[in-house]
Amino acid sequence: MSKIALDLRGLLCPLPVIRVQDKIKTLQQGDELEVTCTDPGVMHDIPTWCRINGHSVLASRSSDYEFILNLQVGGSDGD
Amino acid sequence: MSNKRKAVALISGGLDSLLAAKVIQEQGVHVEGINFFTGFCVEGHTHAIRKKDKAKPKRNNALWVAEQLNMKLHIVDVIEEYKSVLLNPKHGYGANMNPCLDCKVFMVAKAKQWIEENDFDFIITGEVVGQRPMSQRKDTMPVISRESGADDLLLRPLCAKNLPETLPEHEGWVNRDELFDFSGRTRKPQMALADQYGFEDYATPAGGCCFLTDKSYSVKLVDLWKYRGSKEYELDDIMLLKVGRHIRPGGNYKLIVAREEGESRFLQGYKKGFTWLQVTSHGGPLTLVEGEITEADLPLAARLVARFSQGRDADKVSVECVRDGEVTTLDVKPMPAHEIPAEWYV
Ligand code: SF4
Repeated sequence: MSKIALDLRGLLCPLPVIRVQDKIKTLQQGDELEVTCTDPGVMHDIPTWCRINGHSVLASRSSDYEFILNLQVGGSDGD
Repeated sequence: MSNKRKAVALISGGLDSLLAAKVIQEQGVHVEGINFFTGFCVEGHTHAIRKKDKAKPKRNNALWVAEQLNMKLHIVDVIEEYKSVLLNPKHGYGANMNPCLDCKVFMVAKAKQWIEENDFDFIITGEVVGQRPMSQRKDTMPVISRESGADDLLLRPLCAKNLPETLPEHEGWVNRDELFDFSGRTRKPQMALADQYGFEDYATPAGGCCFLTDKSYSVKLVDLWKYRGSKEYELDDIMLLKVGRHIRPGGNYKLIVAREEGESRFLQGYKKGFTWLQVTSHGGPLTLVEGEITEADLPLAARLVARFSQGRDADKVSVECVRDGEVTTLDVKPMPAHEIPAEWYV
């Protein structure tokens, strides 16, 4: 099981969602992904994308203008 | 092994594609959504940038649709490939810079490629005959099927009964009798169907699904190409066209003046690659310079920037200009609003 970080600062939705989607395609079930973003829309869009594609949001937090989500790859292929 | 048929639905986030996918799901077909990101899509961006839009709940409608239908959604980045569609549309542009017919052909062709790679059986769109003047006419529907290469694998459930039978109907994967014969610009049948399925709060985009249908956006895009002397563009260029006031005092440069705090913060991210100006003696918006501004242009640019600061009525305003890391401070009198020629506003 691996833990990977993805820096998506400066990208506007839906690009952070696309980058998460494409990254998850390369990961295995149970792997964790931490994403750091600046578009507040990710707090809504990434959890929605995870729900419909079978992945989990383990935690999310924001500080100043950064939004950080910890995701875990679910059982589906998620692509 | 299940022999359930599989379809991919083009999901824009609007009501029509939501209904089209639902109609086919109801017939026992496994449906997944596909959404193409061209860089010009309306979803998200301005909400993320402008503070005044923050009060409205922000959501990505394509994701919302997928969640309503309990289906997967694949969002595909087509920014690079889309350039050739926008720059050389075989069928021309619509009322603005929207190459809708070529765009539809491109997206259906991409969907066709996707179903081949993912072992799906056919493609669904929410198109309705007569709904849009360019891409959804009775005579252009077959053009999309033919030029995309999808041919009879492309099913439009909302108006299928007005069109020739497709393979999914012919093979009995879907029942043609349970499809629809919607036509024209009226939205009533769609709204009634939405009611029947219990969908509320769906998106109702007015013009189209992207910024290219917007007049003022299109004007800015054409201006960018004209003064750059080429139709090349990068994602950052088309993002910046969505932000700020654009003022062009000369052919060699344009000012992008943030209209509010959210835009100033967004433009901060571009300071590295651009010349920028900021009023330092008073509160004021960040301004980026697009193009090649000369030393001689700086006083005029500074007076314009000062005009949009809180010092607009002051006799003297200090403006800092940073060009290639070099800082110049100018003390200027803000330009009165009536002295700014209307044609400078792009
Ligand atoms: S409105 Fe934009 S995205 Fe929609 S079909 Fe026309 S060009 Fe394509």
